[in-house]
Amino acid sequence: MSNAMNKIMGRYTGWARINGESKVAPFVVLLLAVTVLASACNLLLPAGSMFYVSTYTITLLGKYLCYAMLALAVDVIWGYCGILSLGHGAFFALGGYAMGMYLMRQIGDRGVYGNPELPDFMVFLNWNELPWFWQGMDQFWLAMLMVLLVPGVLAFVFGWLAFRSRVTGVYLSIMTQALTYALLLAFFRNEMGFGGNNGLTDFKDILGFDLQADSTRVSLFIITALLLCGLLILSKKIMQTRFGKVIVAVRDGESRARFIGYRTEHYKVWLFVYSAMIAGIAGALYVPQVGIINPGEFSPVNSIEIVIWVAVGGRGTLIGAIIGAILVNYAKTKFTAIMPDGWLFALGAMFVLVTLYLPKGLMGLLSQLQGDKQPTAPVDTPLANDNREQKSEGQA
Amino acid sequence: MSVLETTREVMRRDQVWPFLQDNETQVDISHQVLLYVEGLNLSFDGFKALNDLNLYINDGELRCLIGANGAGKTTLMDVITGKTQCDSGTVYFGQSINLLNKDEAEIAQLGIGRKFQKPTVFEAHTVMDNLELSLKSNKRVLPTLFASLTGEEYDRIDEVLETIGLKGERMLLAGSLSHGQKQWLEIGMLLMANPRLLLVDEPVAGMTIQEGERTAELLTSLAGERTVVVVEHDMEFVRSIARTVTVLHQGSVLAEGSMDDIQNNQDVIEVYLGEAP
Repeated sequence: MSNAMNKIMGRYTGWARINGESKVAPFVVLLLAVTVLASACNLLLPAGSMFYVSTYTITLLGKYLCYAMLALAVDVIWGYCGILSLGHGAFFALGGYAMGMYLMRQIGDRGVYGNPELPDFMVFLNWNELPWFWQGMDQFWLAMLMVLLVPGVLAFVFGWLAFRSRVTGVYLSIMTQALTYALLLAFFRNEMGFGGNNGLTDFKDILGFDLQADSTRVSLFIITALLLCGLLILSKKIMQTRFGKVIVAVRDGESRARFIGYRTEHYKVWLFVYSAMIAGIAGALYVPQVGIINPGEFSPVNSIEIVIWVAVGGRGTLIGAIIGAILVNYAKTKFTAIMPDGWLFALGAMFVLVTLYLPKGLMGLLSQLQGDKQPTAPVDTPLANDNREQKSEGQA
Repeated sequence: MSVLETTREVMRRDQVWPFLQDNETQVDISHQVLLYVEGLNLSFDGFKALNDLNLYINDGELRCLIGANGAGKTTLMDVITGKTQCDSGTVYFGQSINLLNKDEAEIAQLGIGRKFQKPTVFEAHTVMDNLELSLKSNKRVLPTLFASLTGEEYDRIDEVLETIGLKGERMLLAGSLSHGQKQWLEIGMLLMANPRLLLVDEPVAGMTIQEGERTAELLTSLAGERTVVVVEHDMEFVRSIARTVTVLHQGSVLAEGSMDDIQNNQDVIEVYLGEAP
């Protein structure tokens, strides 16, 4: 009995330490320092220098940061509210498509067919005029609005229907998975008007800046880093308000929260919308850096991968999600270069190992190591805490 | 339903149309009765959980509900608090507020607090945060996002911490409290909202004798100012707190009265106390 109590308590003391002690400020400073350093090494140093950072690396780092932002979105909803979304890839891809449409319209008459109005794939399909949803997408502000609105509205409608009917747990996960799969199939169709199988690509410039230029690449990278930091701080702040406390309360005891007077479905819907918008922004930043968006981004496997990044980093920590996304994607880049076929096995193995031995992810490991060194645990003596954490691991 | 019946139902003279009703209705207790439960029926797959149940709770009363497993005690609480829809019957809070067309959150905001059988507190939050979340405040999304504790609210939290005896534990995580302390914290969370009616489901289950005594004191001190309905199995505990006891059996009320009346009631002895020596 006391053993069981210890296990339970261990789990929650762990939570408190993660929530209370992981400060975002040092992490933000570190992230920005690396960004500035890498950018400077790319722009200021000659290509032959030992410290030169290639533009390829800059783009790669930018891509990792977009993934980190996506992981942040999933952590907000999964780590804090306990809603396991296996469909966040859909919001990411929708944001990406909105940006892609803007970039397609910027090509103008420089396309293969030289049509000033229609993108190449429409000319190829013998279309004569722009579909209504492509109208106005050559305006940057409208495209950016769509980056937020399309994922936001989809999340609102989906969330409103699902949460109001009190769909929770694994059923909700399956529905989100079905959502992204349905969108995958829809976007594969040429008739949808989004380039079908090939998606949108062959972008030339953004706001008049050449997408291939080093300075544009570096700017995009810096903008991504800044937005990531901003969203990290904003999310942390939101989670510290009473709204954030209600969100955690919904995770730990939804019916209790309802019986003290909170309409939990409203809270869940708005958090879901917020999370989907972050994912949309991540997608919009991803597309100009990678240079293509196609229906493959809707693939259910992608969405599952995001969850693994968050689990590796440690859910409910925000910073952990970012670290997890960067590390796993770095590993993916390295691993697929050495053994392309083995990556999915490695990913699966990583997920199993993390679930078995690091239920709180890398951030949990970190706080455990810190706990060993300095007795800062707010709840109990450090000794008791360590015993408990070991037990809680054994339990998983 | 025929057209005539529908018209009659719509034109009922004892009711005001819903859209004409005042949303901010005060609980009207001019007849000293706080809760009316009448003709409640509910069946799950043919099993009648509630069978024409009638129950009236007076304002300021401390009432105990007893009954064997499956007698419908918890189901009754589920229906009152909006968790379960009943098949037929009426539940009124005061003279005018119909509880059956409201959801859990609305009912909670009207001032009906419920304690679960198993202590449910927000384990990842501190005792203080648990109480803060339970404050009587605007619980819509935006006001909650920008809410902060005022001095008065802070005092209120202190007051409740005093009542439930957890003053020293305010910064502890609720998950690290003992079982009994969690039960008290949950009662404290109900008190934060300043409820008129408290529905307490098995408050002393799993408590030591001392803890049980303290809980009994706490509940009796609450009655009078608030109305308390307690569901309990522990007969000693019921005897120590109850003035009026209602016995439920197979979804309806079998007997009602003081503890002594109940113990001498022939029906009750037959179906419930009969097994005891």
